Amino acid sequence: MRPVTAVCASLVLGAAAASVIAAEIPLSERKSGYELMGRETRAMQDDDTTNPGMLWVLDGEAIWKRRDGAAGKSCADCHGDAESSMKGVAARYPAFDEARKRPVDLEQRINICRSERQKATPLPPESKELLALTAYVGRQSRGMPIETGSDERLKPFIAAGRDLFNLRQGQINLSCAQCHDDNWGGKLAGAPIPQGHPNGYPLYRLEWQTLGSLQRRLRNCLVGMRAEPFAFGAPEYVDLELYLMWRARGLPMETPAVRP
Amino acid sequence: MARTLVNVPAKAKRGEIVEIKTLIQHEMETGYRVGPNGNLLPRDIITDFVCKYNGEQIFRAELFPAIAANPFFTFSTVAIESGTMTFEWTGDNGFSATASAPITVE
Repeated sequence: MRPVTAVCASLVLGAAAASVIAAEIPLSERKSGYELMGRETRAMQDDDTTNPGMLWVLDGEAIWKRRDGAAGKSCADCHGDAESSMKGVAARYPAFDEARKRPVDLEQRINICRSERQKATPLPPESKELLALTAYVGRQSRGMPIETGSDERLKPFIAAGRDLFNLRQGQINLSCAQCHDDNWGGKLAGAPIPQGHPNGYPLYRLEWQTLGSLQRRLRNCLVGMRAEPFAFGAPEYVDLELYLMWRARGLPMETPAVRP
Repeated sequence: MARTLVNVPAKAKRGEIVEIKTLIQHEMETGYRVGPNGNLLPRDIITDFVCKYNGEQIFRAELFPAIAANPFFTFSTVAIESGTMTFEWTGDNGFSATASAPITVE
């Protein structure tokens, strides 16, 4: 019996080793989740009068111009017209924050602005207002290529995000990479497995029947892996968001995207 | 008032079939879901949608709890004369929203 067990053990070890060193998707083979969607869902995203995400963008535009907080300032009072001042901004986030010595994502940046400049209370994660403002800022980068991660100071955080992406977690002992690097294009319970590029967040997910952030999507995946999700705004999420955006560099932004 | 998006072609030829698209922001709470405290969330849906073309009703729909959030309608009509299309959504808890769009028929 002993030799058989040994052979089995080495096979298992071999399989584990192979998945650990799974190759990243070559730059030329990367595809937005848009390309895996059906004709109707694509049409829904492409037309601004059928894309439900635009309802949040309109809300965000109103919040952008609204005075708030003890400082009595609106976003527009400092940043002016978002169509020019916010152009390309979402395509560069998460970005390094000098004061915090670590990357912050777009939602965190908006809340930093709120508490430090507007002297207002930060908006709760996944709140309608925060999603609306993020969608409005994100919309100004639609069609622009993702540039996140070009800052040298982000290197260690991209590495931390990559480690998390490749880490087997949860009761199923699964890593992000096993689905989104090794098996993209395949099916999971009848649904196509995308490459996992975050190029359209915050996006309208038909399953949610609402707009949601990338962290909500990550939480969704972690729960599916039977792993414990992080708290909203946790540094682990931001590192992962950063790695995912860097991994999707060059892909055009689709905010607010529609996904099934 | 709830956000709405309506798409009516600005110009059409007389007798042409035009496509109209409408979208409205609404939770469409079914009344069957349970909230964080274990109690049922009360029903809150849009119940009626009416489109009028120069005051005449051309499309009407009744909505029920199984309809998804942010209801989207698309339908067509024949462009007869220049004027205004008005849209009205009504629902539970006194919900009401209106929108309108002009159309020029040549």
